[in-house]
Formats: sequence, structure tokens, C-alpha cells
Amino acid sequence: MTPQQITLISFGHFEREFLERIAESVKHEYGHEVVIDEKRLDLSLFYDPARKQYDGNNLLKEIDSLYASESFKTVGMFRVDLFIPILTYIYGQAFLNGRTAIASLFRLNNERYGMTADDKLLLDRFIKEVIHELGHTFGLKHCHVPGCVMASSTYVEDVDQKSRELCHKCRMELETPKDI
Amino acid sequence: MSRKISILIVDDEPSVRESLYSWFIEDGYVVDVAENAKKALALLETGSFDIILADIKMPGMDGLEMQRRIKALNKDSIVIIMTAFASVETAVRALKDGAFDYITKPFDPDDLSHLIRNATKQINLQTENEVLKEKVSSLENVEDLIGNSDALKKVLKQVESVAQSNSSVIITGESGTGKELIARAIHSNSPRKFFPLVSVHCGALTESLLESELFGHEKGAFTGAMYNRKGRFEMADGGTIFLDEIATISPKMQVELLRVLESKTFVRVGGNKEISSDFRVICATNRDLKKLVENGTFREDLFYRLNVVNIEVPPLRERTEDIALLVDYFITKYCTSMSRDLVKIDAAALRRLEEFEFPGNVRELENMIERAIVTGNGKEIHLKDLPLGKDIVNSAVESLDDLENKHVLQILNKYGWNISRAAQALKVDRVTLYSKIKKYGLKQPGKK
Repeated sequence: MTPQQITLISFGHFEREFLERIAESVKHEYGHEVVIDEKRLDLSLFYDPARKQYDGNNLLKEIDSLYASESFKTVGMFRVDLFIPILTYIYGQAFLNGRTAIASLFRLNNERYGMTADDKLLLDRFIKEVIHELGHTFGLKHCHVPGCVMASSTYVEDVDQKSRELCHKCRMELETPKDI
Repeated sequence: MSRKISILIVDDEPSVRESLYSWFIEDGYVVDVAENAKKALALLETGSFDIILADIKMPGMDGLEMQRRIKALNKDSIVIIMTAFASVETAVRALKDGAFDYITKPFDPDDLSHLIRNATKQINLQTENEVLKEKVSSLENVEDLIGNSDALKKVLKQVESVAQSNSSVIITGESGTGKELIARAIHSNSPRKFFPLVSVHCGALTESLLESELFGHEKGAFTGAMYNRKGRFEMADGGTIFLDEIATISPKMQVELLRVLESKTFVRVGGNKEISSDFRVICATNRDLKKLVENGTFREDLFYRLNVVNIEVPPLRERTEDIALLVDYFITKYCTSMSRDLVKIDAAALRRLEEFEFPGNVRELENMIERAIVTGNGKEIHLKDLPLGKDIVNSAVESLDDLENKHVLQILNKYGWNISRAAQALKVDRVTLYSKIKKYGLKQPGKK
């Protein structure tokens, strides 16, 4: 395992520049080296035909078992619609205080809500989602400080209202050494 | 000092338990799970949860039956029923049985957030309501601290300086001096004022009752324990616990109390789950705890744990200049509560009150005034309305010298040891007064 390195793994087609912009923002926020990787996974194994969605819980476990040991933190990035059994959809999922997270841009896309496509906005939303899920892997919980990237977001409008950054309180918590 | 909301998830599907568990943990809640109603009820018997999220269909016992049993344990529990198949009938049944709300699986993330936010709001309102009730009664009682004397001012200054800290306090003083009022004043001026002040009169309870009162008990812990009951330590979470007559507690309770004070955790009687509570301790006693430590009836380690700050409340005979103010205050208090016109007190009666010993202190004075208002003529309190004979009667066993000694000392204290004024009141000259002081070896308090 490479110490203190964050790996962003793309599952599905993402533009190189798009991935680099995400990597840049993640590095800026967490200060760790970020590498980009690309993998293939048979997503049909995670598909629920009744819900026409992909099981986020199982995907997270699969990525954790296959790839997480290679890096300090690993984020799997998807384009498919994710769910967990109890919720109609999720933007992402992570192991709290763990090493793995997943995020999808499926429901972050403007066109899904009948609006004009906006690539810049999509990138901004996805960066926030990746930084948010990574925050959970560092042990951060949902934050009530307005604008903090760790604020809970159930709609894209909530994602748009927050920044890409951790608030002072979350930053302090992140920098406090933890007993492992 | 806001506390974390605890949630219990009850569902037979592991994936549902797992998903909800992660979701709520990320939101900062305290979460536990149970795979069926039986296990959930077992958890609820050993601990309490603010919100219970339960599936309606489970093998063994369904969610509605479980809800009825939960409500029997704690009527304030917030139960939210989850179901995969929405039907108006089941929703109405759940709500009629006291469910807080009803949600259909799978939920929209925003619906779930709203639901929990509403439930949290409800919990906070309940807590706030209890705290406000407590606060109102606390403030009323603080108004009873009446007086302008240096002795009382000194105590109030101590209250002010100790209130902001978290230190344990022992309030000492004779019966009826107002130790509980001092405890209330400390609490009302402390950062804990928006949380409860919980009082326990240790002397009024047997060892086993005190144990159950302080630590709470589980249903069935002893005969008559029909429900789970929170203990006073648990009720004082965020606030202050006031332990009156601390010197009366048994050696066994002293050990248990010391353990709780050190760890701030305890287990309910008949339970096995450790409960933590954040409280401040204020104790009161009319006994000399140091002496009790010396003769081995009070634990030394507990004494030092409690005695971080000591406030000594003076007896009324050492602040006789406050008597007139106290009399006015009690007249207003009782005339108002009895819907009567304010009565007056005649000069002779007031003078006798100022000379009286008051072994029962302010409480005795208060009772005396209340009685005089009830039995008097409704216009003025006279000497005959006051049961003051006891002071003289008590002296039947004393010699004339003892009586003179006591009276001279009272007058000297009353006039702050101003010899001229005391001599004038005693209708003797200064030289005679000096000779009496010498004869009886009288000394001004605080002077060597």
C-alpha cells in the first residue's frame, strides 16, 4: 500500500481532463497525493432489475475487497444510478473511518431534471460528492455548518448550495490524530 | 451541552438494518439495531432510545404489537413504522396506536431526513418544556434569598464565583437557613441553567429507595417496579443534582456515590447497561462532615470529592439585621397567596423577632409569619400573634447569668458590636456593658 495516497478509480467512461480536475480538487482539500486509475467491473452483477438501479452497498464492498488494499483511500467513480435497499437513490456511499468510497454522477446531471446540460456544474457537483464521501472515510460525519462540503445533501440543489471545502470544525477534526 | 439523539432500527432484513445504520451514523446519531421485536424490547428494557424505527412486518411479533409494548415501557417514545406495502388502513392503525409517523420503503432520502428532523424537533420540544418548567420553579425560589447583611452578601458573592465553574459544592448550615435556595441560586446562575436542577432529599429515603431513586430501575427489578424508571442522575443530564442531607447516606451508598462521581456512569437497579450522564453535584448538610470523617462514619475520599468548594450559610441569629426585610417579604408572599390586603407588623413585635434566637432559622420565621397572618386580625401582627415564648421558656433550666449572657450577646450581634448602640438598647452605660462582656468572656465573631 502506498502511504497516504488517494486513488480515484474510474468505472465507466470519464474524460481524462474531467478526472484530472477532480484529482486536483481532492489533493487541494486533503493534501494527499492523488492518482487516477481506470478499471473494468461487470456491473450486471450489481443490477437490480426490479428497481433498474445498481446496489451501492454491494458495489462498495466489492471495491473495498478488490482495490482498497492498494491505496490509503480509494474512491470508485460511476455513471450508473445507485441505490441502497432502504433508499430510492444515493449519490455516493462510504465506509465511515474506512478506506473506500463510491460516488456516481448519474443523479447530478441537470438533464435528469429537465434542464439544459451544464458540464461545468456537473463537474462541480461531482467534485463535491467525491470530497464528501472521502470525508466519511476520514471519519467525518454530516456537518450542520452551512456551506461545508460535509453537509448532508439529498437533492442536487443542496449540493449546489455547499462549497467544495471543509468548514473549520471539520478541518480541525480531520487534523486531530485518531486512535486506530 | 446538547445531547445526541439515539435511534433503534428494528427490521428483519439485514440489508435494511445495515443501510439505515450507516445512514444515521454518518448523520451523527447514536444507533443500535435489532433483527426482531423480541430483541428490540430486550434492548429497550436495558436502555432507552429517543426514536424507534420499526418494520411493520416481522416474524414473531409485528411492528404494531411491538409499538404497543414500547409505549407501555415509555409513553414518550417516538416510534416510526416502516412498511414495504403502503395501505391507508395500516397507516391509520399505526397512527391511532400512537406512532409518530409512517413511511413506505424504499424511502426518498429527503423524506427520511425530514422525518428524523421532525422527530428530533419533537424530542427537543419535550426536553425544553421540562427544562422551562424546572427553570420557572428554580427562579421563584431564588427570589427567597432576602437580606442586606454582610453575612448574606458574602454567601451570595461565593455563589456568584462558584456558579460559573463545574466544581462540586458542599453547602453547610443549620436547618432552615436556606441551603436548597443557595443550591438553586448556584444552578440558576451557571451555564447549566437551561437543564434541570434535580433535588434528592437523602435523609427521607431508605437505602434501597435512595438507590432506585438515584440510579433508576428496570421493570421487574423489585416488587412493584412496573415500569422502567429513569434515576435522578439520568434526569440531571446536562444540569445539576442537589443531594440534601448527604451526611445521612449509608456506607454502601457512599461507595456507590463515589464511583458515580468519579466515572459519571452508572447502571440502573436490575439493569446491566452502563448509562452516562453529565451532571454537577451540589450537596448540603447541617452536620459537621469533617467530624464524621474523623469518627469514621463518612468516607474521607467521598468528602474530598464533594468538598471542592464549601459555602457556609449563616444562621439567622447572625444576621438579625435581615429580619425586618424577611418579615416584609413573607408578609407580601403570604398575603398575596391568600388574596388578602397586606398586613403590618407593630414595632414591639418586630423588636422581639429581632431579639429571638430562631433555632429553626429562616424557615421558623417564615412559618411564624404565615401563622400570624392566618390567625391574626388581618390588619396588624402583634406580639400576641407570635409564638415567641419558647425562647424564654427554654431558659427555664438556665441561670439568670446564662440568660443575661445570651441577651447581651444577641444585642451586641444585632448592632454589629457597636458598644454605644448596644448599651443604649440594653439601657445600661458603656462601662457596664464592657464589664458584662468581660464577665461572660464575649467575643465578636471573626475577631480574636
